[in-house]
Amino acid sequence: MRAPSLRASSGVSSAWPIHIALLVSAAIVLVPVIWTVAAGFRTQISLLMGEVAFSPVLFNFQEVLFSKTSEFLVNYRNSIIVGVASTVLCVATATLAAFSLNRMRWRRWLVRLFLAWTLIFHMIPPVALASAWFTMLRAIGLENSFTGLILAHATLNLPMAIWLMSVFVREVPKELEEAALMDGATTPVLLRHVILPLIAPGLAATSVLTFVFSWNEFAVSLALSMKQTATVPVAIAKYAQEFEIQYTQMAASAALAMLPALIVMLFAQRYIVKGLTQGAVK
Amino acid sequence: MADGEGPRSVARAAAEEGMRSGARAVETADQRRWRWLTLAPALVMLLALSVLPLAGLVLTSFQNVAWVGGQAVRSWAGLDHYRALFGDALLGAGLRNTALFALGAVAGQMVLGFALALFVSKISRARVLYRTIFILPILIPGIVIGAIWKLMLNYDFGLANQILGLVGLGPVDWLGDGRIALLSVIMVDIWHWTPFCFLLFLAGLESLPQDVYEATKIDGASAWQELLHVTLPLMVPTIVVTFAFRIVLAFKVFDEVYLLTKGGPGTATEVISFTLYQRFFTEDKAGYGSAMSVAVIFIVCMLLVLALSARRRSEGGA
Repeated sequence: MRAPSLRASSGVSSAWPIHIALLVSAAIVLVPVIWTVAAGFRTQISLLMGEVAFSPVLFNFQEVLFSKTSEFLVNYRNSIIVGVASTVLCVATATLAAFSLNRMRWRRWLVRLFLAWTLIFHMIPPVALASAWFTMLRAIGLENSFTGLILAHATLNLPMAIWLMSVFVREVPKELEEAALMDGATTPVLLRHVILPLIAPGLAATSVLTFVFSWNEFAVSLALSMKQTATVPVAIAKYAQEFEIQYTQMAASAALAMLPALIVMLFAQRYIVKGLTQGAVK
Repeated sequence: MADGEGPRSVARAAAEEGMRSGARAVETADQRRWRWLTLAPALVMLLALSVLPLAGLVLTSFQNVAWVGGQAVRSWAGLDHYRALFGDALLGAGLRNTALFALGAVAGQMVLGFALALFVSKISRARVLYRTIFILPILIPGIVIGAIWKLMLNYDFGLANQILGLVGLGPVDWLGDGRIALLSVIMVDIWHWTPFCFLLFLAGLESLPQDVYEATKIDGASAWQELLHVTLPLMVPTIVVTFAFRIVLAFKVFDEVYLLTKGGPGTATEVISFTLYQRFFTEDKAGYGSAMSVAVIFIVCMLLVLALSARRRSEGGA
């Protein structure tokens, strides 16, 4: 893991171009985000005039959060409800499925068929799925409910969650499992007292990733929600669509929508890195 | 335990028997029950929310659907919708732009992501700091990235044109000029997803065997030769996986386009997901939109077959 730095020590003189390239790249990543957050603290006039220096105002955040016409707090609550509920449903389902597929005696072709279907499903554009779900949910009267949206998000993230949890379940030593079985442990006991403690970090990684994906999801939320159930991305899209775009309020709402991303980046980064890389590399 | 006779020791004997003839050769009744119970939730979810709606989608694609008072009134349309697909100019533009977008964006992300990963793997300090910064765009909602760049690329006050102005270059109509709008959207996507490629490549680079590098150093290979003849060949599996992941996601692009350009100007940034959205939801053509969805899913499956065969070939070669 640490070894590549060995190579760095040989070329101290040639390290400067690398550092400059990395600094420039970091600036390219950070500047648009910071500039947008700053735009949320500006008046519309200041932004339109392209002033470099400006005195920050809280007006946009007040408008977005507390004005009578804005429902951003409701959207925020909706996103949290849908994100938490769909993550719990998705990760619980995926963990059991990963255990079943990897450690139970299914026929190989059945496991392959199941995983192939998750792969195909994962590749389908969400808009195509949204149209299918919309027609189905409308037929049973769930097209504008939280239930429909939660089920949709949980299903949307299920393939990724199953693959990730499979990686973590496979890392549990078989000997431990066999020892527990020899002691007469039933499957629920085995799951709770042997498997679960060992895959807890993987479970956390998958949950963080699933929540972020649900929080970020737009196409399906747009199709399956209405005013009362609209999530944050749907609300932000509305700001951009209005006849006269309230740029600074759009910036303020964008800044608020990035909060979970910032929290995850600062406090749960190792889970995200683990989740993103394990899923693809293994 | 004195009363160790009974089910427990029977299970132990069975397990030991199983160990001798390959692990867990005998499935107990408990295990068989739980084998089904643990898979059941995922199975039900996928059947009810993926297989069933997709079957409905196929069915709807042969029908005309009208909504009368919340009730769907369906009539048989035969192959009409599928025939109409071939004459749909918007679909043609959508497919062409999606292909251009996916190839351009993914190529840019792969090259930049690889370079960044290589750079970060060469430095010893501040690795985690750079990783923290680069991870940010992956976590931001696509719609917010659209909002960020709608502001950044604004003709009048966007930072992009302000910076160009500083060096004396005229303002560019990033999103309003049909000739460069698609390029702008590609740039935004590169900003969004290069960090993802970076992460995967960095993980790949960190897991490469180090003895090979020491050998090349003894042979006196230059940094360039090392990259070309050692690093790249060893990274082929990671590169293929990353490419497959990204091309699939690029094919699904919707959020940024929805916010930045809505497919315009004209059809300059019309991508397939947006075409689908317009036909199905905006124009409320459920039957025709379903047929288009089926066609897109078919294309996706073809891409999957191609990707899997490419992966098999690369693994066979490695």
